[in-house]
Amino acid sequence: MTTDLRDVPTRGVPAEAKLRIADCDIHPSPKSLDREIFPFMEKRWRRHMETYGARPRQPFLNGPAYPKGQPDAARRDAYPPGGGRPGSDLAFMREQHLDPNNVVFGVLNPLRSGQGMQDLDFAAAYCRAVNDWQIAFWTREEPRLKASIVVPYEDPAASVREIERCADEKDFVQVLLLNRTAEPLGQRRYRPIHEAAAAAGLPLAVHAFGFGGAPITGSGWPSYYIEDMTAHAQASEALLASMVLEGVFDRLPDLKLVLIESGFAWLPALSWRLDRIWTRMRDEVPHCRRRPSATIRSSVFLTTQPMEEPRRPRHLLDTIGWIGWDRLLFATDYPHWDFDEPGRVLPPAVGEEERQRFFLDNALEVYGRPA
Amino acid sequence: MLPSGAIDCDLHPAVPGVGALVPFLEPHWADAVRQRGLHDLESIAYPPDAPLSARPDWRVPGAKAGSDPDRLIRQAVEAFGTERAILNCLYGVPLLYSDDMAAGFARAVNGWLKSEWLDRDPRLRAAVVVAPQDPDRAADEIERTAADRRFVQVLLPVMDEAPPGRRRYWPIYAAAERLGLPVALHAGSSYRHPPTPVGWPNYLAEDYTAQSIAFQSALTSLVAEGVFRKFPDLKVVLAESGVTWLPAHLWRLSKFWRGLRMEIPWVDRSPEEVVREHVRLTLQPFDAPDEPSEVERILEHIGSEDVLLFSTDYPHWQFDGQGVLPDGLPESLVRRMAVDNPLATYPRLREEGA
Repeated sequence: MTTDLRDVPTRGVPAEAKLRIADCDIHPSPKSLDREIFPFMEKRWRRHMETYGARPRQPFLNGPAYPKGQPDAARRDAYPPGGGRPGSDLAFMREQHLDPNNVVFGVLNPLRSGQGMQDLDFAAAYCRAVNDWQIAFWTREEPRLKASIVVPYEDPAASVREIERCADEKDFVQVLLLNRTAEPLGQRRYRPIHEAAAAAGLPLAVHAFGFGGAPITGSGWPSYYIEDMTAHAQASEALLASMVLEGVFDRLPDLKLVLIESGFAWLPALSWRLDRIWTRMRDEVPHCRRRPSATIRSSVFLTTQPMEEPRRPRHLLDTIGWIGWDRLLFATDYPHWDFDEPGRVLPPAVGEEERQRFFLDNALEVYGRPA
Repeated sequence: MLPSGAIDCDLHPAVPGVGALVPFLEPHWADAVRQRGLHDLESIAYPPDAPLSARPDWRVPGAKAGSDPDRLIRQAVEAFGTERAILNCLYGVPLLYSDDMAAGFARAVNGWLKSEWLDRDPRLRAAVVVAPQDPDRAADEIERTAADRRFVQVLLPVMDEAPPGRRRYWPIYAAAERLGLPVALHAGSSYRHPPTPVGWPNYLAEDYTAQSIAFQSALTSLVAEGVFRKFPDLKVVLAESGVTWLPAHLWRLSKFWRGLRMEIPWVDRSPEEVVREHVRLTLQPFDAPDEPSEVERILEHIGSEDVLLFSTDYPHWQFDGQGVLPDGLPESLVRRMAVDNPLATYPRLREEGA
């Protein structure tokens, strides 16, 4: 079987004839900080932002550590006709994405949310504002969209307060972190966050990117954006190894971990490696009681975008088979440049039941909310 | 069973203690060992008593596993029926912070390898140990040591001060290419940075897990920086990498290359093709389930019979008994891996009488 994934026609198919889908990685932006974010903060923090800037743990005051491949990492066609950043106009998002792709359940993952800022009090204030903004400007207006509780994860106590403040609002469907934490996420400093998410019955979701301060490779900083992008998978691997070997899921068997936008095809090899190492060195990690692959199989979910694209689709199917068809959550990453088009990501050979799980049912189960 | 002529591409001779290097050190550093009470340069990556560091039946009470050449010959070479064995000495030279001290110890380790190992048995070959702290001097050390044709590759830790593709390391690659030596990146770190992208882990189990993660980033760096464009005859051997991470990583890297190749225009072919031509991986450890059918599928994903090199990883505990070959390897691949691929990878192993 050597069907080219890119040859599957999707244009011209009416939306209602397409599968209903979940999109578990949508990035909303405010049209304006003045009108949409600052009203949810004390005046002090607005002045702080204007005087000192965001100052995450990275070199540049404005823009990412590695210049992206496109302005704002956005699709060229995702700029709203009325102006503003891609992802900032709900009406245009409906018209360009939610309606034509038949998205019935969309998870908002705000990226510029205060997470990773050096000033922890500012980070906490910013996260609060972004949480209130998601409800006021997005989910109240569009019931298909659900929000994420963004937390200032380098301050676990503040994170717990924020989870508790937001958890009763049913439009929040997960707790959201970025994967470049200052220390591996399984470590005990982050335990209060794991526990608060579990207590609230919310998945702990971890999106690629962030500002932990450690280089993204064990050999220091790479030169290029393509290296930084590729390495988000390695950051999630290390994060997952930490959570498994620290016994997070042994202590909190009901906690669900959702890894967002860091690939998924690496998971089988990592699971096999963890099993081997755990078998050899169980005495070092006695709190890790279950076989790592079994823990991963029951506690970990991954969003699909950017889909790995082996030349032979059979290899993709092998890989999904190893991970489990019930573990993957479809995502597009709208409005970013590496958007995955739902009609093109799976080889035609995939059956109806798998398609249904992959595009919708898994997400509804993980998030426990009806569409 | 291995075919005749089999070559083991990754074994670890252990420096018994820093004192063993004194006869091979220049006087200044020999004095430092004595006067400063220099400690043994063992890495935190392989505590000698940790389970992975040595197979139980390969341990020697009161000595480091791998420190006795006769045992290595008996337990690894003769036990598996290999005819030649490449020694990758993991002594902690790259870990030192002084460029000069590191260069002095690299030279001593190479002298020790020659005298205590290569001269002991004609089946043994070795990697040139270099101090990556100062790549120009590392190139000199390669030149000097590789005059002895029994040195067949150059050894670097997969994690060092900078990603391995960075131009600072190119003098090492230039020397290696000129002298017909593959560069082996081996599991381990000089610990200039936390070994994971998310900081320092708590456990050795995580550190060892992080090795295969580091190999992915290292491979990205070698490709993206254009090392193989600059050095078209260079081969890189990823030693003790875990192997099975390779296909998924190349799918991801090749996809991003399609979207971002304008950033690295010198990479004019898919990373998958570049890697297939220039990169080889040693067999052990082979991170896979025990079912032969799964192993067959993994090999199909790797998609080439050219890339694997047989290894035992002696004395590390990766398998028990004679189980060095994962179930599910076809006979034809075993021959390629054990004989043809090493000969194709290491020009010096093709030399008559070498």
